[in-house]
Amino acid sequence: MDFAPHTERDVETMLATIGASSVDDLFAVIPPSLRLGGLPIPDGHAEAEVLRELASLAAQNRSADDLVCFMGAGSYDHHVPSMVWAVLSRGELATSYTPYQPELSQGVLQTLFEYQTMICELTGLDISNAGLYDGGSALAEAVNLATGATKRARVVVAGAVNPLYAGVLATQGAGLDLEISTTGWGSDGRATAVDADGAAAVVVQQPNLFGCLEDLPAVAQIARAAGARLIVHQDLTATGVLEAPGVLGADVVVSEGQPFGNHLNFGGPYAGVIACRTADVRRLPGRLVGETVDRNGKRAFVLTLQAREQHIRREKATSNICTNQTLNTLAVAVALAWYGPQGLRELGEQCLARTHYARDRLVEQAGATALFQETPIFKEFAVRLPADPVAVCEYAASEGFLAGVPLSRLIPGGDLDDALLVAVTEKRSREEIDAFVDAVARACKEVA
Amino acid sequence: MLNTDDEKLVFELSRPGRRAFSMPTLDVPAAPANAIPQQLSRRKAPALPEVAERDLVRHYTRLSQRNYGIDLGFYPLGSCSMKYNPKLAEDVAAMPGFRRLHPWQPESQIQGALQLLVELEEALCAVTGMEAVTFQPAAGAHGELTGLLIMRAFHEHNGDQRKRVIIPDSAHGTNPASVRLAGYEVSEVASDARGLVDLDALEKLIGPDVAGLMITNPNTLGLFEENIERVAKMIHSVGGLLYYDGANLNAIVGRCRPGDMGFDIVHMNLHKTFATPHGGGGPGAGPLSVSTRLAPFLPSPRPALDETTGRYVWTEGDERSIGRVHSFHGNFGILVRASSYVRALGADGLRHVSEYAVLNANYLAAKLRGTYDLAFPDSQPMHEFVLTARKQKARGGRAMDVAKRIIDYGFHPPTVYFPLVVDEAMMVEPTETESIETLDAFADAMLAVDREIDENPNALHEAPRTAPVSRPDEARAARDLRARWHPNHHADAHESSLEGPEGKPSI
Repeated sequence: MDFAPHTERDVETMLATIGASSVDDLFAVIPPSLRLGGLPIPDGHAEAEVLRELASLAAQNRSADDLVCFMGAGSYDHHVPSMVWAVLSRGELATSYTPYQPELSQGVLQTLFEYQTMICELTGLDISNAGLYDGGSALAEAVNLATGATKRARVVVAGAVNPLYAGVLATQGAGLDLEISTTGWGSDGRATAVDADGAAAVVVQQPNLFGCLEDLPAVAQIARAAGARLIVHQDLTATGVLEAPGVLGADVVVSEGQPFGNHLNFGGPYAGVIACRTADVRRLPGRLVGETVDRNGKRAFVLTLQAREQHIRREKATSNICTNQTLNTLAVAVALAWYGPQGLRELGEQCLARTHYARDRLVEQAGATALFQETPIFKEFAVRLPADPVAVCEYAASEGFLAGVPLSRLIPGGDLDDALLVAVTEKRSREEIDAFVDAVARACKEVA
Repeated sequence: MLNTDDEKLVFELSRPGRRAFSMPTLDVPAAPANAIPQQLSRRKAPALPEVAERDLVRHYTRLSQRNYGIDLGFYPLGSCSMKYNPKLAEDVAAMPGFRRLHPWQPESQIQGALQLLVELEEALCAVTGMEAVTFQPAAGAHGELTGLLIMRAFHEHNGDQRKRVIIPDSAHGTNPASVRLAGYEVSEVASDARGLVDLDALEKLIGPDVAGLMITNPNTLGLFEENIERVAKMIHSVGGLLYYDGANLNAIVGRCRPGDMGFDIVHMNLHKTFATPHGGGGPGAGPLSVSTRLAPFLPSPRPALDETTGRYVWTEGDERSIGRVHSFHGNFGILVRASSYVRALGADGLRHVSEYAVLNANYLAAKLRGTYDLAFPDSQPMHEFVLTARKQKARGGRAMDVAKRIIDYGFHPPTVYFPLVVDEAMMVEPTETESIETLDAFADAMLAVDREIDENPNALHEAPRTAPVSRPDEARAARDLRARWHPNHHADAHESSLEGPEGKPSI
């Protein structure tokens, strides 16, 4: 099966127009030594067969529909409003190219402009771009912006930043000769001993890997005193209840946009978010949509400040990014419009309430000990368990739960091997949380 | 064809107190009042819109009607492979067993997903002639950077400090940008009169400080580099590596393989060759395949079949791995779509892809070349071709005018002003999924526009007349930057004013 519409007669007509005797003629330029006999790939299949085959593969997975999800660590089981993909599945949006031709791309461009506005509102910063790949690459791009702006190579990763994000930064840092140093966290789980001397940037995650709220104003003061950019990797679902990081001193805010409108997707595609202050706009990576007027004075939207980008500036571009993740970025915008200011606040309040409830129950009923108990949390927390968390998770899965992420998988070799990271979104009902706590309690007894 | 009625911004539809969201009943106690310290608490609510769900659905539906996609019509953007995206793949990607998987789930719960990845890796290796794949890169340029970091790690592992990467002067802008991000300098090699790499110029550029060469084949001008084996020998002879940019893989699928040409590193754009939708600029996927000697340097973890247990597992690399380039495992949802496509087409179907892509391009070139000049008339194009509107420009119709006028005929324009090495370039890539009727209609329109340059020049200069907007003022957008909406937008004095040159290419 293929999707070419050619009949034999079409092919004959076309070859005659070209003046070739066969399709093979058109490949004569390929040296004989390189010509391939055939591909070692199975024969094609009908639609019904492919659906059956892949449904059977899908059935070998246990999804968050089968297991109640308390996993987080960078990917969260929030509600995806039904209308988001109902509108974004429209072919005019889903099958369009990057909006270089503004006359044919006003739908995508206007939605991106609305997205940029919403991100500015959430972050408290002046300018948002039109999207990046994901939370990890967004952090690497933000650091690139900061090193370019300050002409410094030192980067301080402060406190508990998700090692996946820090990992992407370290990989890309190899090409840029970055000097990355990390500070530890204190007994309260928050960044400590931050030395920003000579640094291009201080990076902090809010809430951090352990779900703890960092003291942003204090970190901002350290960064500012050293002339370093403060980069905050912010969970935007918290911004209905948490002050905008830009208001608290962040110079660049990056985020993983997945919680708004994007499915778990086994880790991708997600949506990278980046916003900065006006002073840094020329160092902003990726697409940016601007408002203007057309030949007839009508409001129109275009890609702008393209002189930052690779297709104009080539090796002097602020980034190499070209195709990004526009449709996922649009999903963030549509979901944020669905929530509105009231919905965003309630989303934050619900995550907060359910997270506190779940932690209290685990401590009271499952013998768990809260880590960093005095530090404020938002929608995720770490607890020490009286049994091996990996085994507990395995047991809990047999009872229908994705119990969380063992911290040994995130910070191997540390003193957190008995700790579990648990995320609780607005979707987790009291009934689910109670059953989950019971399952963890049983698991701790069974596997201990 | 598109909706030309203005659509308000979603913020302009907002009415205080209106809402679309629903939230579960709070069935647990509210968090303690001091759960969030005062100094971290939100003081002013963000100005998100307050609208009903019906408002939103109509808003985005109307906006979609102001946008052009492959599902509406022909999209012959050179270097973009805008082919039809099978709907089958969307159904598969929406299966909860794929779409509702959490990336931290243990191997025992994701056997089907890992099997899908391992089998897709086999198919991609078969197509490219490589040995191992990483699925982490999210797009082509991300694959480029990953490949170049592997190149760097390989040389450093061998105690070899190298400085430069050679790319053709016709290369896509991501190539030089990626080279710099990997810490290398760019050396540009010129194209010869036939549009191919100038071997004499290349000879002068190579030396022991060359880390590698980065090129597409067919190249960015749509021409097959017939001396590629010699180029590979030259680069390998100084210890360099060959990087294949998969942007043009659509031209050769099933016909020949980068691995046989001598390439060491190959990225693929699944949103091009493997038919996943472009999404208005992503999500795509840019998996990277490499030869055996480079496999240890790939990002980890990688999916694998454990032959002894028959289970699928994640395997961690050793200290040679460059580390991760994606927060998780890459754009899995796109990989699922590509897997559906490979399974539907199979070996024969994939071979048809390149055959019909090349047939379509040559047919369209044959119909247009009497009116528009081919930039390289002595070389036979593969899956795309570059026209130059030099003659048209002399008569008063620039490539941009032709592009804008073609919109009024119901088509998306070709890529214009790229590649940079061609004056008044128009780059046309019809892809394999277009019919002879579509190609004929497009050729007729291109010929009609050419006639209009003399007969009705205003039709070009005022084009497009039928689109939602016409020739937005891009200089003004950059000079008087408005990158967000404000409640009192037009009276707002806080907007930054920025001067700066705006570029021309539009790919």
